[in-house]
Amino acid sequence: MNILTLVRQVPDAEARIKISGQTVDLEGATLVIDGMDEYGVEEALRLRESGAPVEQIIALAVGPKKVEDALRTALAMGVDRAIHVETDEKYDAVTLSRVVAQVAQAENVTLILAGGQETDWDSQALGAASAERLGWPQLTWTNELKLDGDTLTGRHDVDDGNESFSATLPAVVTTQQGLNEPRYPTLPNIMKAKKKELRKDDPAAYQLQGKVRSVNAEIQTRARRNTMIDGKDPQAAAQQLLELLRNEAKVIA
Amino acid sequence: MILIVAEHTAGKLAKSTLEMVTAARESGREGPVTLLVLGQNVAAVATEAAAVADQVLVADLPQLAAYNAEVWAAAATQIAQEGEAHTIIIGGSRSGREYAPRVAVKLDAPYLEDAIALGSNGAALQAQRYTYLARVTETVEADGTVVVTVKPGSFAPAAPAATPGEQYDVELDLPAPRVQVTGRSVEKSSRVALTEAEVIVTGGRGVGSTENFTRYVEGLADAIGAGVGATRAVVDAGWRPYAEQVGQTGKTVQPKAYIALGVSGAVQHLSGMGKSKNIIAINKDAEAPIFKVADYGIVGDINEIVPALIEASRK
Ligand SMILES: Cc1cc2nc3c(=O)[nH]c(=O)nc-3n(C[C@H](O)[C@H](O)[C@H](O)COP(=O)(O)OP(=O)(O)OC[C@H]3O[C@@H](n4cnc5c(N)ncnc54)[C@H](O)[C@@H]3O)c2cc1C
Ligand SMILES: Nc1ncnc2c1ncn2[C@@H]1O[C@H](COP(=O)(O)O)[C@@H](O)[C@H]1O
Repeated sequence: MNILTLVRQVPDAEARIKISGQTVDLEGATLVIDGMDEYGVEEALRLRESGAPVEQIIALAVGPKKVEDALRTALAMGVDRAIHVETDEKYDAVTLSRVVAQVAQAENVTLILAGGQETDWDSQALGAASAERLGWPQLTWTNELKLDGDTLTGRHDVDDGNESFSATLPAVVTTQQGLNEPRYPTLPNIMKAKKKELRKDDPAAYQLQGKVRSVNAEIQTRARRNTMIDGKDPQAAAQQLLELLRNEAKVIA
Repeated sequence: MILIVAEHTAGKLAKSTLEMVTAARESGREGPVTLLVLGQNVAAVATEAAAVADQVLVADLPQLAAYNAEVWAAAATQIAQEGEAHTIIIGGSRSGREYAPRVAVKLDAPYLEDAIALGSNGAALQAQRYTYLARVTETVEADGTVVVTVKPGSFAPAAPAATPGEQYDVELDLPAPRVQVTGRSVEKSSRVALTEAEVIVTGGRGVGSTENFTRYVEGLADAIGAGVGATRAVVDAGWRPYAEQVGQTGKTVQPKAYIALGVSGAVQHLSGMGKSKNIIAINKDAEAPIFKVADYGIVGDINEIVPALIEASRK
């Protein structure tokens, strides 16, 4: 079987965000492979290491030139090859799912691992949209996964708790924190990754027509009072805080 | 028409459904606001739904006894097509955001996720949403038939109308679920629903232990009548249930006052509570990032400050 892992590049969680024009400007921000996608890559590698008959693990990314770095990280972690659909255009998940579905079919993929939730868009949509396009079931928010033959079992979070599940391949699985602890690429593997195939696909081949337009983006920060109280005298500090909450902020009776 | 897939639990209409009705009315899109009730033995839910909607479609079927993404997507899509809905509104819950993209693909429609405000710009539907860990508010738009999910807690709940909407039973042709559920565990917090509490006391790892969490966080919450939240670190450590987690992968809350005890203020936590009207932090590290977003901060040890607070607030 072949596994497809989706990879997206996002600003480091601590990166400063600025806006220019109508959208977020990532110029100068440190960009990294999304943590959620590292879980996907790691899980694919673990499935292979646990004895599942995994022939190829392929990483796929749609995005600008710099996304290569994220794909190189995936290659250095251990995926076999990568596909980069290079475009500066930002597409919505429904549109992107066309690429995922076509690549999955062309590469004989039976399991797709996608991130559960991005630190940038947080749309949680591409995994589900791709599953629908392929006519496959999906398992979201997965924090435990096993593969036996073509039966997937595991556990995932649902609205009010969690569920154990069982499903048959082909399927889409989306990850979340707790699924595994992603490995760090070692220096020899980083070197090896440079020689692995990173195929460039022309976006025109996928006939993408975005469905969602960006109108505006704003950074809204609430002005905070930043009143600091020294806690050396706990009783006095507690008194002072309560007075402020009652009389200034008026949030407690 | 505007089609809303109603959310309900334990035989009651969820507050999120009332919020979606408001979202529909504010969207500027025309046509009757229609609630679709999917489930088994949902007559009571349908009656509650009729109180706030122009019309209610009820699919009361054994195949709908339990949620499944593919079944729900098929149901919503069929009704959207038959009723020629141009706006399909689905809850921003985990399950809603799991099947909504499938509906969008089936309808070949644009998908606007996690909307906090809706409006029209000519024929286009505009939605506002948070991105970049809620640091950025973005407006996006799309034309034609649009699928939307609505972030819980972002719209005021709709009030009952003078005359209830008509109810109609609908037929559905549903696929068999392909994912087998082999076990369930429900995690519930015993306290006021977090998303509804006006004041929240949240404990972080700095609280120290499960026992201290009960003593300090629940103790203070009881003293001032607040809900209880937790950071991921606390949930991961098994001190508290996931239902109490606030943040990127937990709940988003916007109370009048958010009191953070021993919470460092990681961006993933801030994304879930950064819009609170007042933020109060108690932390022994004056450099903790939580203080940057705090209205009031005490630099001090929880073991000393919180007992004093509980004591003083009882007076
Ligand atoms: C993809 C992803 C998603 C995440 N989602 C979430 C999420 O939804 N919610 C969430 O909360 N986190 C989330 N996290 C984790 C987040 O990054 C932080 O690790 C977490 O919020 C830290 O929790 P904490 O503040 O309780 O613990 P810490 O960061 O360990 O902070 C403890 C604080 O307590 C203070 N302290 C210690 N002892 C005392 C004392 N005696 N008195 C006073 N203060 C004391 C310390 O100074 C410190 O500031 C996520 C992370 C990732 C990567
Ligand atoms: N441009 C992209 N290229 C490759 N994978 C992507 C892209 N955008 C999103 N993904 C994948 O889909 C997941 C969820 O993204 P989203 O639906 O945008 O929240 C991410 O974690 C990635 O695994």
